[in-house]
Amino acid sequence: METIIQGKAYVLGKNIDTDQIIPAEHLVYSLSDPEEVVLYGKYALSGVPPEQGGLPEGNIPFIADGEVRSAFTIIIAGPNFGCGSSREHAPFALKVAGVKAIIAESYARIFYRNCVDGGFAIPYETAEQLNQVIKTGDELKIDVEANTIENLTSKVTYKLNPLGSVFNIVEAGGIFAYARQENLMAQS
Amino acid sequence: MAQTITQKILAKAANRTFVDVGESVWLNVDILLTHDVCGPPTFDIFKEEFGPDAKVWDPEKVVVLPDHYIFTANEHAHRNIDLLREFAKKQGLTHYYDVGTDRYKGVCHVALAEEGFNLPGTVLFGTDSHTCTSGAFGMFGTGIGNTDAAFILGTGKLWEKVPESIKFTFDGVMPPWLTAKDLILQILGDITTDGATYRAMEFDGEAIFSLPMEERMTLTNMAIEAGGMNGIIAADAIAEEYVKARSNKPYELFQSDSDAQYHSKYHYNVRDLEPVVAQPHSPDNRATVRSVAGTKITKSYIGSCTGGKLTDFVMAAKILKGQKVAVTTNIVPATVLVARSLETEEYEGVSLKKIFEDAGCSVALPSCAACLGGPADTVGRSVDNDVVVSTTNRNFPGRMGSKHAGVYLASPLTAAASAITGKLTDPRDFL
Repeated sequence: METIIQGKAYVLGKNIDTDQIIPAEHLVYSLSDPEEVVLYGKYALSGVPPEQGGLPEGNIPFIADGEVRSAFTIIIAGPNFGCGSSREHAPFALKVAGVKAIIAESYARIFYRNCVDGGFAIPYETAEQLNQVIKTGDELKIDVEANTIENLTSKVTYKLNPLGSVFNIVEAGGIFAYARQENLMAQS
Repeated sequence: MAQTITQKILAKAANRTFVDVGESVWLNVDILLTHDVCGPPTFDIFKEEFGPDAKVWDPEKVVVLPDHYIFTANEHAHRNIDLLREFAKKQGLTHYYDVGTDRYKGVCHVALAEEGFNLPGTVLFGTDSHTCTSGAFGMFGTGIGNTDAAFILGTGKLWEKVPESIKFTFDGVMPPWLTAKDLILQILGDITTDGATYRAMEFDGEAIFSLPMEERMTLTNMAIEAGGMNGIIAADAIAEEYVKARSNKPYELFQSDSDAQYHSKYHYNVRDLEPVVAQPHSPDNRATVRSVAGTKITKSYIGSCTGGKLTDFVMAAKILKGQKVAVTTNIVPATVLVARSLETEEYEGVSLKKIFEDAGCSVALPSCAACLGGPADTVGRSVDNDVVVSTTNRNFPGRMGSKHAGVYLASPLTAAASAITGKLTDPRDFL
């Protein structure tokens, strides 16, 4: 697991559901065929209404025209991120687009589990409304061991809630790696 | 130690007599459900992690019900069905319900009930957020992703954090213009879309136990819209009768202890409630139908696991009989059985199907269809600036297709009344 995650912020509002993260019409592509996998990057966050993407200004596309990876690697959002459908295609799409971590006030349970057990991106929670103070494009640095996030653009550091009981699964890289480590399933 | 019904079921699945709220436990899974959208990637992860020739833990406990993208020309969607078929054959899965055959059922959550897979006291995981629907049968049902489902496929086990519970009690006698959909939209307005995150939503009270199973399923179905891990209603005589008519498998009845601890309790009397909608763009954006009556709509949609059961169509038919719809109205039965029942079930001597056709509605084939938008050729998909009144479950931007459309979630009574006038209309105007 990386101990420092650095990258540009992409800021969103509250209740970003999985239909906005990856619209249902795109769920038909293979998640294993490399040629099709990139399409999940291309359409990541394409369901967010344009004016609500890339806050505070809005109308900043997450994926530039013709690209399959995003210039932004850290998502900053309000409460209830990832609510709605159980589709694991959602955290998968964010990973394919290059997202390393998400920092939200809270998560819907299935999305949170998917992030952790699938090892797609680290889902951090904060008590502070970071989507009100961090701007899309700000350069951020997460210290995984210290549970802090520093805004290198504004020179302000914020606390992240510790990952708690799921830390071991995140550190292992997902439920399968964790289960093998703990002898919870046969080695394969 | 006192426990809620959810704790007791999870304790049983963990081979324990007591589990505490907040602890993570490993559960033995009774049924794993998957469908055409999440099945193929789940099978890929299973093969990658357990090996290309690995066998699922128990072929009798895996239920595969394709339902999302069925009646479409989309080639990728067809390929997903091929992948399900291939895996089911290789693994010898007896509970695979193939598209294009007599075995095809339709929307998985409704088909699970119809086919007798919902058994009180059991634990169901499914790769669909609305897996919580099955909680209407006094069992634990919740949604998971592909990785967790692949883990279950290989091991028959999964970890879960024992949830706190919120109790919702509904007293009184249901008036004929009030439905389970109004009750759950009422709750959503009160606790919002994350009010039950990581918690169980337990429903009880005289009004709840007067409801048929299909209406109870509407309540538990939308627990996820409040972030709930599961929705649950203890099984009573009505539930047992439904189960025994469809399964001869053993089951166990559980009830919450009278001194069980709850995160919070909500008390309603149904005589104080009235028909409500969830306005765009969130299921908790509640308004009484009266307060938004007159809002112009372009479509009415009656379907999905939430609002496409036989009871939903019986309610819609009561309003639509002898009327003409003013806007495009899609009738989308959840399952083949519901579709067949539209032809055999009558209201005042006329079949439901004829009532809908005479009113100018279009009756579609059973699947999830436009509840979640789907491929471009999906029946009922919203386009441009559509304003839809819908019996489905979710109305975040773009859910039914177009990002620019607005969706009002409503009961089948409200959706039918509004279809006739072309404006949001309180069903009491027609009853």
